[in-house]
Amino acid sequence: MMDRSDRYLLRILFATLGTALLLLGCNKGSSGQAAPAASSAAKTETETVITLQGSGASFPAPLYSRWFREYGTKNPNVRVNYQATGSGAGIKAFTAGQTDFGASDAAMSDDEIKAAQGNVVLLPMTAGHIVLAYNLPDVKDLKLSREAYTGIFLGEITKWNDAKIAKANPGMKLPATDITPINRSDGSGTTFVFTQHLTAVSEKWKAGPGTGKSVSWPAKAAVGGAKNDGVAALIQRTPGAIGYIEFVYAATSNATTAWLENKAGKFVAPTPEGAAAALAHVELPEDLRAWVTDPAGDDAYPIATYTWVLAKKKYGDKAKSDALKALLKWCLTDGQKLSKDLHFLALPDSVTSRVIKAVDGIE
Amino acid sequence: MSKEKPHTQIAQVPTGWQTRSDVAFRIVVHVFGAAVVVLLGAIVFEVMRHAGGSMLKYRLGFFSGSVWDANRDQFGIFPEVAGTLYTSFWALLLGGFLGVTLALILSQGFLSRRGELVMKNVVELLAAIPSVVYGLWGIFVLVPLLRPIAGWLNDHWGAFPLFSTRLSGPGVLPASLVLTIMILPTITAVSREALAAVPPRLAAAAYGLGATRWEVIFRVMLPTASAGIFGALVLGLGRAFGETMALAMLAGNAQTFSWSLFSPGNTLAALLANHFPEAGEYEVNALMYAAGVLLVITLTVNILGSLIMMRATAGLRGLR
Repeated sequence: MMDRSDRYLLRILFATLGTALLLLGCNKGSSGQAAPAASSAAKTETETVITLQGSGASFPAPLYSRWFREYGTKNPNVRVNYQATGSGAGIKAFTAGQTDFGASDAAMSDDEIKAAQGNVVLLPMTAGHIVLAYNLPDVKDLKLSREAYTGIFLGEITKWNDAKIAKANPGMKLPATDITPINRSDGSGTTFVFTQHLTAVSEKWKAGPGTGKSVSWPAKAAVGGAKNDGVAALIQRTPGAIGYIEFVYAATSNATTAWLENKAGKFVAPTPEGAAAALAHVELPEDLRAWVTDPAGDDAYPIATYTWVLAKKKYGDKAKSDALKALLKWCLTDGQKLSKDLHFLALPDSVTSRVIKAVDGIE
Repeated sequence: MSKEKPHTQIAQVPTGWQTRSDVAFRIVVHVFGAAVVVLLGAIVFEVMRHAGGSMLKYRLGFFSGSVWDANRDQFGIFPEVAGTLYTSFWALLLGGFLGVTLALILSQGFLSRRGELVMKNVVELLAAIPSVVYGLWGIFVLVPLLRPIAGWLNDHWGAFPLFSTRLSGPGVLPASLVLTIMILPTITAVSREALAAVPPRLAAAAYGLGATRWEVIFRVMLPTASAGIFGALVLGLGRAFGETMALAMLAGNAQTFSWSLFSPGNTLAALLANHFPEAGEYEVNALMYAAGVLLVITLTVNILGSLIMMRATAGLRGLR
């Protein structure tokens, strides 16, 4: 009997808790929605604080949030709110007009630009590279030929002591462990850039999984982890694992990373210098949308990418567009100096000058 | 006692405020009651509305295909359906055995009253641990623990289909084990209630006839409570089907299905969790179709469980 009344009390308690949580949740949701409205209201009244909403790619998020914080302390009248929801979600929110700017590692496809009625400029803000991190104790500076790493992700190479891996690593003692290729389980710009590179270097990959934010992974032993940090954690916890992550995440988790063979047939260490060399060979087209699928040059690291901010061509709100332009210009000039500390690449002047010109065109 | 109020009597006509609050309460209760039904209907409607396009496009091929490729608009959920059923089967087998055993310990006087209360609360506390914590525990504790065992089994019994691959990290076995723990509270609580509902005079009569405790449990208690226990298992199964986060972290998110306990797999709920945020229009439709499938599976199992529970209690009514 005690038991039953106890349970009754508990039930009431949980019901109250649940209701409270629900109300809290509603509040949160509505305040999130209300923020832009509130800011525009504030603007008309006092002409002071402007809030810029942005969301998208998680790869540059560490740099972006640093930028926006620093900029916010210098310019207290501008508040930037950036959510690292992922490239695809960022594009969707931007196209739907839920955010003032988006961010994407995969820029925007022609279809996506069409969906946004062409009212979009793609602005490369920073660059980074994708590294192959692996978990083999006692094996440092492993060199992987193109044949080897495409073979691993295709599922054709399944043991670490495979002749195709050993060939590039003479004298190295490779264990007979099974290879566990690790990929992103969620859709991701990182996957897009990585698969784009594999498509460029391997006919088999092109005919098979192809390029995309999520693809159908052919390797039988493949395992998926969520987000960059999920993949990094899986690699660390799984002997014999190899996976692709953004360099930032490898650097912060102290993962061992492989040297990769580039177009020129040279093995290049996954350093920011190698990535900078890769990007130096790329000429940005008119729309600033260029992918470095397979860079030339002896010292170029093969998998590097720009990452883009998506802004509207026409905002129809001068205060907002002016604030955004000032912010972006700051990021492209003073902001670039912060890149190195956070393991991102500072864009060369030749690139930033062109991006700034594009920023000037925003109305 | 000192202050007597003559106007407060035991019997009196309800005041206007009392009647109004009574009516208001009744309305509130009705509205909330109806809201639950409307909500479920709205969810089913919304899922089916978005799933419609891909249901027409992929039809039953959706269930047999095992490619999930948003680039080519090819979607199939065979590995997910199989993986959901397979992990849930193992969880139910282990969780059912453990849960019913626990329920027996908690209801048949093996422990002191105090001990029973403590144990019961500990088991119920398992339900309070967030899914994400189970996932992390699985990755950081369970998987490293299982890896050598799985390796040994694969070395010595590799020909047996269940052990035919090596456990690299996430896979069916860690996922099933974590699921087992997660459904344990449901199974234990409901079976315990079913066992407690068995009239004590039945057991007393059996003891009176000279039955041992063992015989009483297996010949009297379990058969009498069997319908309720079955209901508990079905409810646990429903919970296992819908479990998301821990499985997204532990099942391996691989678009394959294998009988091996050590190979990575996937489940419907994990597929939804992983692919929704970045999905394009067609993929969202396909995901909604998958969500509809999961909804139908889970609803069927739950309705079945509730029906069995209802029958179980109805059958016992005469005994009281």
